[in-house]
Amino acid sequence: MEAQSTYNYKVVRQFAIMTVVWGIVGMLVGVVIAAQLIWPNLNFEPWLTYGRLRPLHTNAVIFAFGGSALFASAYYIVQRTCHARLFSDKLAAFTFWGWQLVILAAAITLPLGITTGKEYAELEWPIDILITLVWVAYAVVFFGTILKRKTPHIYVANWFFGAFILAIALLHIVNSAELPVSLWKSYSAYAGVQDAMVEWWYGHNAVGFFLTAGFLGMMYYFVPKQAGRPVYSYRLSVVHFWALIFTYMWAGPHHLEYTALPDWAQSLGMVFSLILLAPSWGGMINGIMTLSGAWGKLRTDPILKFLVTSLSFYGMSTFEGPMMSIKTVNALSHYTEWVIGHVHSGALGWVAMITIGSMYYLIPRLFGRESMYSVKLITVHFWVATIGVVLYIVALWIAGVAEGLMWRASNPDGTLVYSFAEVVKAMYPFYTIRLVGGLMFFGGMLIMAYNTWKTVAGQKPVEALIPAAVHA
Amino acid sequence: MEILYLLIPLSLVLVFLIAAVFWWAVKSGQFDDLEGPAYRILMDDDSPVASRPEGDGKGAVEQKVDLDQGI
Ligand code: HEM
Ligand code: HEM
Repeated sequence: MEAQSTYNYKVVRQFAIMTVVWGIVGMLVGVVIAAQLIWPNLNFEPWLTYGRLRPLHTNAVIFAFGGSALFASAYYIVQRTCHARLFSDKLAAFTFWGWQLVILAAAITLPLGITTGKEYAELEWPIDILITLVWVAYAVVFFGTILKRKTPHIYVANWFFGAFILAIALLHIVNSAELPVSLWKSYSAYAGVQDAMVEWWYGHNAVGFFLTAGFLGMMYYFVPKQAGRPVYSYRLSVVHFWALIFTYMWAGPHHLEYTALPDWAQSLGMVFSLILLAPSWGGMINGIMTLSGAWGKLRTDPILKFLVTSLSFYGMSTFEGPMMSIKTVNALSHYTEWVIGHVHSGALGWVAMITIGSMYYLIPRLFGRESMYSVKLITVHFWVATIGVVLYIVALWIAGVAEGLMWRASNPDGTLVYSFAEVVKAMYPFYTIRLVGGLMFFGGMLIMAYNTWKTVAGQKPVEALIPAAVHA
Repeated sequence: MEILYLLIPLSLVLVFLIAAVFWWAVKSGQFDDLEGPAYRILMDDDSPVASRPEGDGKGAVEQKVDLDQGI
């Protein structure tokens, strides 16, 4: 069978399997740092200390786990909705191996203490260059496939993926502008508060385009497919897309409230954060209402449970976010555990849950199975993960508010009621609950790995025919 | 805050670029039919010619859609 009449499933399979692998690695590191916060003795100097493992955690979960899921689903969706094979098999293979090399380099350099010190952009300049090359190849493969599409319409999921790919390219290049002084050391091209502003222009939009837009692309394909129903309103999905990308980039200053950033810029960030609630909820409602008239499926189908629950967490964190950006609220929440709780209601509840649901949809199809090895195990995974997330974020809400209130409590003579160490001590019970929640979520990933293994072991890779090619 | 002289124009350029892409999309008829595309992805049958795993799994069967439905 000549290559042009089939889809390229190989690269999708590779990324899908690595999604599960990196999910386990990244969350294991998350569990370790959560434990280190309770038992400082678990810091093994110099390589396995909290300061070095924390960026390893964020890089592994965002770029290795989330990144692999985004590559896999973008490649699958763009082919299936365009009725065209990927633009270039060689370039696609390069993105897979290149991205794995980036992750490997991160896993070595971060524990060694090699870092730029910029959050979510810690990797040093040689790795930054590799990321740029891989990303350009990704863009060429993705947009090349769009250009050779056999369908006149570009499905809305592809718009989200396209915006995500372009935005990340731009963000990465601007934020990583740096002057190398040796092979493993560079200095940022910006200084002081300028650097902070660039960093959070990057950091915020990385959340917006990496952790949100890309995963919304997944949502707009896998939710309708798994439910077997068209998206509730296609019109609304198009409005959602344009509204989201027009507003997101102005909200970044909400990460720098009460800093040296000019006050007007902080207020601008706050206003746009509040506006962001509208498109976000539009998208959430659109996804959930796709099931209207078929709610019964939710009872029996654990994959749909994952997808719909992820949308609920998306709604929750995009409500929480605008609230936290209100200056008076931020005065309390900033620097506290509340932010970490917000992060993980987005990261575990939304990003990880939608990924897990999508992979359960995808993996059997890539390996010629009607479904996963065990649907019961998917249900078990769903409940373990859901209880895990809820424990995680509820514990940190309470911890965060308590922390904020204790920090600001003052005696009539103006002195502080609590010393810093007293506040840290008050956090222990909540750290412990968070660890339990994290262990549950991690345990769910192990169940997924077992189920995936049983599904794919011994299976022949699928060569799926392109419909047009079948009829021709 | 000289950096804002870079970031704000950069963001404005972006807004114009996005607006241009939006304009192209409207002009080229991307949004002429805002019903059909939602159904079309469901007509694309991506379920594999399956071999059933020996566990309890079989879920994918019921989600096939009637190809002639609603277009
Ligand atoms: C088993 C699951 C997980 C556990 C136990 C866990 C644990 C942690 C811990 C302990 C921290 C440091 C918090 C602090 O500094 O006080 C952290 C930070 C972070 N984690 Fe996780 N995590 C998990 C999963 C994930 C996933 C799946 C993602 C993303 C998709 C993620 C994204 C992040 C981010 C972005 C931060 C940095 C937050 C900030 O700087 O505000 N985590 N995590
Ligand atoms: C309308 C949507 C959202 C708004 C307005 C918003 C707003 C905020 C605000 C105000 C903060 C706290 C900044 C601080 O005090 O330090 C924050 C932190 C954060 N949010 Fe959101 N958020 C939104 C949605 C999301 C989603 C869906 C995710 C997905 C994972 C997410 C991930 C994060 C991360 C990773 C941080 C921590 C950054 C850091 O300090 O390292 N946010 N967000």
